[in-house]
Amino acid sequence: MLLLFKMTWRLLLLAIFAAPVVTGPAVAADADRLSRIVSIGGDVTEILFELGAGRGIVAVDTTSQYPASDVKALKNVGYMRALSTEGVLSMSPTLIIASGGAGPPEVVAALKAAAFPFVEVNAANSPEGVVEKVRTVAHAVGRETESRALIERIEAQFANLARARGTISSPRKALFVLSYQGGRAVVAGSKTSVDAMFHLAGIVNAASEFEGFKPISPEAIITAAPDAIVIMRREGGTTAHEIASAQGFASSPAAKSGRIIEVDGSYALQFGPRAALAGTDLMRQVYPELDASAGQ
Amino acid sequence: MMLSLSSGAMVDVDAAHLIMRARHRRRRLVLGSAIALLACAAVISISVGATGVSIGALPRVLLGSDVAIASQDRLVLLDIRLPRTLLAALVGAMLAVAGAMMQGLFRNPLADPGLIGVSSGAALAAVTVIVLGHGIARDVVSMLGIHALPIAAFVGGVAVTGILVLISRAREGISISGLLLAGLVIGALAQALMGLIAYVSDERELRDLTLWTMGSLAGSSWTKVMGILPFAALVLLLLPSLMRGLNGLLLGEAEAFYLGIDVERMKWLVIVATAASVGAAVAAAGIIGFVGVIVPHMVRLLVGPDHGTLLPASAVLGAALVILADIVARTVVAPAELPLGIVIALMGAPVFLHLVLRRGAHV
Repeated sequence: MLLLFKMTWRLLLLAIFAAPVVTGPAVAADADRLSRIVSIGGDVTEILFELGAGRGIVAVDTTSQYPASDVKALKNVGYMRALSTEGVLSMSPTLIIASGGAGPPEVVAALKAAAFPFVEVNAANSPEGVVEKVRTVAHAVGRETESRALIERIEAQFANLARARGTISSPRKALFVLSYQGGRAVVAGSKTSVDAMFHLAGIVNAASEFEGFKPISPEAIITAAPDAIVIMRREGGTTAHEIASAQGFASSPAAKSGRIIEVDGSYALQFGPRAALAGTDLMRQVYPELDASAGQ
Repeated sequence: MMLSLSSGAMVDVDAAHLIMRARHRRRRLVLGSAIALLACAAVISISVGATGVSIGALPRVLLGSDVAIASQDRLVLLDIRLPRTLLAALVGAMLAVAGAMMQGLFRNPLADPGLIGVSSGAALAAVTVIVLGHGIARDVVSMLGIHALPIAAFVGGVAVTGILVLISRAREGISISGLLLAGLVIGALAQALMGLIAYVSDERELRDLTLWTMGSLAGSSWTKVMGILPFAALVLLLLPSLMRGLNGLLLGEAEAFYLGIDVERMKWLVIVATAASVGAAVAAAGIIGFVGVIVPHMVRLLVGPDHGTLLPASAVLGAALVILADIVARTVVAPAELPLGIVIALMGAPVFLHLVLRRGAHV
C-alpha cells in the first residue's frame, strides 16, 4: 500500500517536472544543447556513442543499429528517408544531427527552420570521408578533444588496411549479392558503398560494368566468375548455403572454394567509425592466406 | 372499373411522391452526417499528434501570451497540423470527386482516375524528377527546389490529359470506350517508362521512389495548400454543369445526346476536371489509391446514383476519410510515420467489402 502510494507520488512528480520539457524545447535549447539529441543515420549514431555523447541521444532512426543494446532502448523516429516533422519535434530535440541521406526534403527544411540547431553530416565513402564525419559530429557536440583520439585510431586502422592491401599479389574478384529471390540476384555495381568497401579491402568488384544495385542474369554471373561472393546477413534471408547451390553461382570459383561470406550491413556498408575494421575483416575472409598480422 | 383504376393510379402518384420525399430526406441526412463526420475528423486531426500539444493550446497560441512556449505550440498547431489537415481534406475531396466523375463518364463502377492514365502520367513525371534530379535535369530541379516534385507531378497529369483531349478531338465522336482504351494504353506506357527509370536509379532514389508511390502527407505546408487551392476552386466551379451532364450520361451516350447534352463537351470537361483534381492531389501527397473508388461507392450505396448528391457527398466523405487515415498514419507508430496510402487501403478494404457484401451484388 505504502509502495503504491510512493509510486503514485513519484509518477505525479515526474509528470509535473517532465511536462515543461515536453512543451518547451526552445527554453531547454539555451540551457543544455546536448541533453536531447536526435541522431539520424547509423554512421552518425555510432560516432556519437564513440565520442561519449551517446547519453544525450533521445531518439534514433531505423538505420541506427549499433551499439545494439544502447540503440534499442531509445525512441525511434522511423526510416531516415521518411521522417515526420511532428514526430521528430515530439522528441523535444535540442540538437538534430542527421546524415545527408535524411528526408523527405520538406520535413528536413521544416526541421532546419525550427529553433534548435540541425547539423548535416555528409561525406564521401572513403577513409577521408569517415574522418570528416567524425570531425563534423565532434564539432556539433563540442567534443573535439575526445575526437582526436578517435580520429587517430581510425586513421591508423585505415593505414594498416592500406599496407595490407599493398601485400596482395593477385587481386580476387568478388560479387556482392544484395538479395536473391526466385532465381533473381540483385548485385552491387560501381558507385555503391559496397564498391568503395571492396576497393578498400583490395577486392575487385566483379560487377563494375554498371552503376548501383541491379538484377543480374545467371549467365552474367558465370561470365563474372567471382572468386568470392559476399551476401548480407539477414534474419530469414538467403544463406551462404542457398547461394552456393543457386543457378549461375554454383559453377563459380567462389562456390567451389566455399568462399561465400556473410556480412552485417550496418557494419560493413555504412562507412561509420568501424569502416576500417569492416574492410580488414572482409580482406581476411577473401584473402585468408595473407599474413595473420595484416591490418592489425 | 374505371373508377378503381384511376384511384389506383392516384395511390401510385402519392406513393411516388412519398418515396421522393423519403429519398430527399435521406440525402439530406447522409450529407449532414458526412459534414458532421468531416468536422469531427478535422478537430481530432488538429488535436492529436506526436507532440503532446492539444487544441486547447490554440487560444494561447493565437493570443501569444507566453512567447517561448507559444512558439513551439504555434509551430505544431498552425504550421504542421493545420496545413496538414487542410491538405488531407482537399486531397481526399478531389480524389473522391475525380473517382465519381470517372465512374459517371465511363458508366462503370470500377472506373478510377488511374484508369485513364492521369495518375500514371503524374507518377511518371514525379519519378523522373526523383531520379533525374541528381543527373541531367539537376539545374532545373535545383532551381525549383522542394517544389520540383509537386510541379512535375501536376504537369505529368495534365500532359496525359492533353493527349487524351487531342485524341478525342482528332477523331470527332470517339466513343467513351475508345477514350478509355487510349487512357489505358497511355497508363501502361507510363508504367513501363517508370519501370525503366526505376531500373537506372540508385539505391537511395529507389527508396524515395517506393516511398513516394505509397503516398504521404508528411511534407504538408501552407505553400502546398495554396498551390492546390486554385485547382479545387476550378473543380468547384465546374461542379454544377458536371452534375447535370453526368446525370444525363447515366442513361447512355446516345440518350444523353437526345436529352440535349453536348456529350463531346462533357467528355473533355470531365477530363479537365479530373486532371485538375488528380494532378493536384498526386502532386501534394504522392499516390493515394482507393479513395476514388471506395468513397463514391459508399455514397452510391447510401443515396443512389444522382450526381447532384453524389459529387458533393463524395467530396465531404473523401475529405473525412483521408483526414482520419492520416491521423492513424502519423500516430500509431509515433514518432515515426506510416505511409498514408497503405493506411487507407488497410482501413478501407474491409469496410468496403462489408458494404458490398451486405448490399448484395447490385452495386
